[in-house]
Amino acid sequence: MAKVTFWEERCKGCQLCTTACPKKIITMASNINEMGYHVASVTEQKKCTGCGLCVIICPDMVIEVERGREN
Amino acid sequence: MKKITARPYSLRDIPFHYCPGCMHGIAHRLVAEVIDELGIHGRTIGISSVGCSVFAKHYFNVDMIQAAHGRAPSIATGVKRVLPDRVLFTYQGDGDLAAIGIGDFIHTAYRGEKITTIFINNTVYGMTGGQMAPTTLIGQVTKTTPFGRSVEINGNPIRVCELIASVEGVAYVERVSLHNPKEIIKAKKAIRKAFEMQLNGIGFSLVEALSACPTNLGLSPLEAVKWMEEKMIPFYPLGVYKSPAGGGLSA
Repeated sequence: MAKVTFWEERCKGCQLCTTACPKKIITMASNINEMGYHVASVTEQKKCTGCGLCVIICPDMVIEVERGREN
Repeated sequence: MKKITARPYSLRDIPFHYCPGCMHGIAHRLVAEVIDELGIHGRTIGISSVGCSVFAKHYFNVDMIQAAHGRAPSIATGVKRVLPDRVLFTYQGDGDLAAIGIGDFIHTAYRGEKITTIFINNTVYGMTGGQMAPTTLIGQVTKTTPFGRSVEINGNPIRVCELIASVEGVAYVERVSLHNPKEIIKAKKAIRKAFEMQLNGIGFSLVEALSACPTNLGLSPLEAVKWMEEKMIPFYPLGVYKSPAGGGLSA
């Protein structure tokens, strides 16, 4: 069970996370944030394995991944 | 649930001013993570350079000094000699280190000052608008080389790691890249090793991190990553150029 969340205000839409995701579930949303960038989002949350590679590559520390069993 | 969050304690919680796809943010984070892991937060002093990384002084949650253009290694030398128990690192770009600051840099390396230099190579002058840097590749189009850099007119690019790998005072030299998670993990190990060289008092250490500048290359961030893989990494081979156990290239 893993959950990935994006801090949308800080996302600059560089798409580097889309290249890092081994499951290719990160896509760019159609909505834009305050800075005017299309933000990264995950459509199929269930497919996320919680590997955290997107966290490693994100230059702006936008992504937070939770993994493990829910209490 | 276990949380994987990125922000280390040694990095302030303010948004970076860097362009989308710029890898300065990754490099900042790696340095801050290493400072946290080594437990040297309270005695680290950073020297930021001139260029896009001029605002590194705002982002690192450690004592920072903003040096004049290219003079970061000299200021680090002064601070280290006055306060030898502190951990000194300089954070410089290619326009700062390889152009105006190469004299300071080489002399610091020859003196074997016990400081760590993090060198971000993105092949252009980023902040001033994409002019040719000493590290610009042959044939690369920039603002000041509109027909591509040529060897006859502009000379050959400087490979900084190869240049100082033969210097006696240098303890550790490695070139890493920041274009995919695998290389980023390697880069963090390299930065950690470079700081450890300083902590053990062995000598000068340099980590050159290849980065992309999508804004000045005129490419999207994803195209810039591809450009790095195809053009930049073949010209600037990754690997360890010098380590105390013995030199040589290890891929």
